[in-house]
Amino acid sequence: MRDATGAVQSVLVLGANSDIASAFLAALADQRLSRAVLAVREPSAAADQVLALGELGVDARAVAYDATNVADHDRVLADAGDVDVVVVAFGVLGDPYDLSLSTEAVAELGAVNYVGGVAAAHASARHLVDQGHGSLVVLSSVAGARVRADNAVYGSTKAGLDGFVQGLSDAVHGTGVHVMIVRPGFVASKMTLGMEPAPFATTPDEVAADMVSGLAKGKAVVWSPAVLQAVFAGLKPLPAPLWRRLGR
Amino acid sequence: MPDAAGPRATKQQLLSGWGRATRSRAEVVVVSSKDDAHRTVSGAASVLARGLGRSYGDQATNAGGLVADLTGLDRPVGAVSASGRVTVPGGLSLDALLAQIVPQGWFVPVSPGTRYVTVGGAIAADIHGKNHHRDGAFCQHVESLELVIGDGSTLRCSPKENADVFWATAGGMGLTGVVVEARLMLKPIATSKLAVTTTRFVELDPLLEAMVRADAQAPTSVAWVDLMRSRSTRSVLTTGRFAEVAELPDAQQEDPLAYTPSQRVASPTRVPNGLLRSSTVRAFNEAWFRAAPKHRADELQTIARYYHPLDGVKNWNRLYGPQGFLQWQMVVPDNALGTLRTCIAELSAAPTPCFLAVLKRLGAANPAPLSFPLQGWTLAADMPAQARGLAPLLDRLDALVAEAGGRIYLAKDARLSPDMVPIMYPRLDEWRQVRAVVDPNNVFSSDLDRRLRLTC
Repeated sequence: MRDATGAVQSVLVLGANSDIASAFLAALADQRLSRAVLAVREPSAAADQVLALGELGVDARAVAYDATNVADHDRVLADAGDVDVVVVAFGVLGDPYDLSLSTEAVAELGAVNYVGGVAAAHASARHLVDQGHGSLVVLSSVAGARVRADNAVYGSTKAGLDGFVQGLSDAVHGTGVHVMIVRPGFVASKMTLGMEPAPFATTPDEVAADMVSGLAKGKAVVWSPAVLQAVFAGLKPLPAPLWRRLGR
Repeated sequence: MPDAAGPRATKQQLLSGWGRATRSRAEVVVVSSKDDAHRTVSGAASVLARGLGRSYGDQATNAGGLVADLTGLDRPVGAVSASGRVTVPGGLSLDALLAQIVPQGWFVPVSPGTRYVTVGGAIAADIHGKNHHRDGAFCQHVESLELVIGDGSTLRCSPKENADVFWATAGGMGLTGVVVEARLMLKPIATSKLAVTTTRFVELDPLLEAMVRADAQAPTSVAWVDLMRSRSTRSVLTTGRFAEVAELPDAQQEDPLAYTPSQRVASPTRVPNGLLRSSTVRAFNEAWFRAAPKHRADELQTIARYYHPLDGVKNWNRLYGPQGFLQWQMVVPDNALGTLRTCIAELSAAPTPCFLAVLKRLGAANPAPLSFPLQGWTLAADMPAQARGLAPLLDRLDALVAEAGGRIYLAKDARLSPDMVPIMYPRLDEWRQVRAVVDPNNVFSSDLDRRLRLTC
C-alpha cells in the first residue's frame, strides 16, 4: 500500500527495460518498494534488472509481455495482482520521419505506441479501480505537445495517448485511483543514442525523480524538467512557418 | 429485528483516515444491530469494522473490500451498576457515552484527546489517555466483550474467558473481529469539573523532572511541547484531577455534574495545501505558549476543555489541506531518556512544521501483544504528510526508537516500514497465532494490515 508520504510498496511496469523505467524502479527501491513486476517483451533481457532490484531488497520478477497482443494486458495485470502503481512505459521512437519510411514501419509505430498504449492504460485503470486504490502512470512526451516533422509518427502517437489518458483521468475521478501523465523532454538514454540533444535535455534519473515526487503529491501531469511546461506554452501558439524553422 | 433475508444497504465509498493523506475505495455497509454484524461478516471475503475514522492513517480503510460502518450500533446504554459497570454497544461514541454517564456521576476509565471515537475503536487501538501512568490503557477497564469472529459467530471474551482472544483484540486494530458490545468499568466522579494546574517551562530538563514528579502526585498529566525552536524546548505542563463539590463556585454546586460540551467553530471545508507551514505553526505555537500562565494551580476546567480541546474545532484535520498530515507517536522506556532527547532535538532542528507535539508519561504495559503503551515516555507530533525530507527523518527516528526498545503507535501510523513491526512488537507472532484461530480464512483485513504485513 502507498503510505502517507507517498512511498509505494508494489509496482507493475509495462515496458520495464526502458532507461526511465529502470531509473524509476531504482528510485522507488530507495523508499519502500518491496515487490516489482517487470513486464517486458523478452524476460531474459531483464535478468540483470531483476537481480539488481533483488540486491536492493525488492522481490522482483520479469514476465513476458507484448503490447501489441491485446490479451497480454489483462493477463499481465491479473498475474501481478494488487499493486500500488502501474506504469505504462513502453514505446518505440522509430526512425526520423520522412516520406520514404515504409507504410509498415509507420503502422507498426502506431500499433505499439498508440493502440498498445491506450489498451494498456485502459486495462490498468480498470484493474486499479477494481482493487480500490492505486496510481496509473503513463509515459507521454513533449513530442506530443506539438508534433514536429521529424518525429511526426512518434509525436502523434504520444499526442493521441496523452489525450486518451487525460480523458481516462477524468473518467476515474472519485474512484480513489490517481492517473498521472509524464511528459519528459529530450532524455539522454539508449532510445535517443546518437541523437543531437534538444534544449532542456534531461536524464532518466531526473525524470524518475520527478515521477516519484509527482506520485507523492498526486499530480495529474508532470513535465520533466518542469520548465518545459512554460516552454511549450510558448511554442504551441507559434505560427507554422516559425515552428517549421525551429524543427529543423 | 431486521429481516434476516433483507438486503443490506451498501455503497461504494472513498475512505481515508483522520490524516487524509491516503484513501481507498470500499463497499460500506451500515451495521445497526448485532444481527447486521453477523450477516456482514458471514460470507464476506474481506471485511473491516470502522467507527468514527479517528485513527490517523489506513487503519480503518479496506481497499476493494467491505467496510462495516459500526456507528449505527449506538443504542443508549442502560443504567450504570452501583460498582460502575455498564454494557455499551461497539459503535457508541465516547461523546454519546459521556453525555449519558457524566450526569449520573461516572466518567470513562480512559479518555483520549477526542471524544469522537467509538468504544469498538477504543478497544481495537487499546487507547490511552492522560491517566495512563496511573490507570493503564482502555482495555484494562473492559470487563468483557462480544466479538464477531471470522465465521460470523459470536465469541465472548474477557481477561478470564478466552483471554488470549481478548488480549489479541486489545490493540488488534480490528483484525480479530468486530467488537459489537463491551462491558466497561467506569470511574466515579463527584463533579464534571477538573482542578487543573498549569506550569510553563522554557527548558526541557525541568519539564521532564516535573513530569516524573507528577506521576505520583496527579491522576492525569500531559505536556505540550514546542518543536519549532531548536535552541531550547519550551512547554506547558497541565495536571488535573476531578474537583470535589466543595471546590465549585456556589452556583455550580447545585448541579455539580452538569455536562454540556459544545463545538464552537468549524474549520473551512476547502483549505489549500501549505496553510500550516513553518511560519504559521511557529506563530500558533507562540500564541499557545503565551496564552498559558507561568504557573496557576487548581483552575476549574470543563471535561471538554481539559480532555478534548481539539474537539472545539470541527474537522480541524482539514486545516492541513488535501495532501493531508500524519502523526508520529512513539514510546521509549524510562531508561531511554537519551533517545527522547534526540527525537525532540531532531524534530526541532528539522524544517518540518510540527504542530502541537504532546509529551506524556506512560505506565506499565498490559498483556495485549499489540498494545502500544509501555513504561516510559511517549511523544506525538503532527506534521504535513508532504513536508520536505519527512520520510527519511522519521525512518531515522524509528530506528532510534526501536533500538531503545520503544515502538510506534499503530493507531497513528501511516508510514512505518513493515520491517520495523516485529522489532517494535516482539510478540507479533503470538498475536498472529491467536488471530489465525479466530479468523482462519483471513476475512478481516485492512490497508494498514497490508501495508505493515501484520497478519502474515
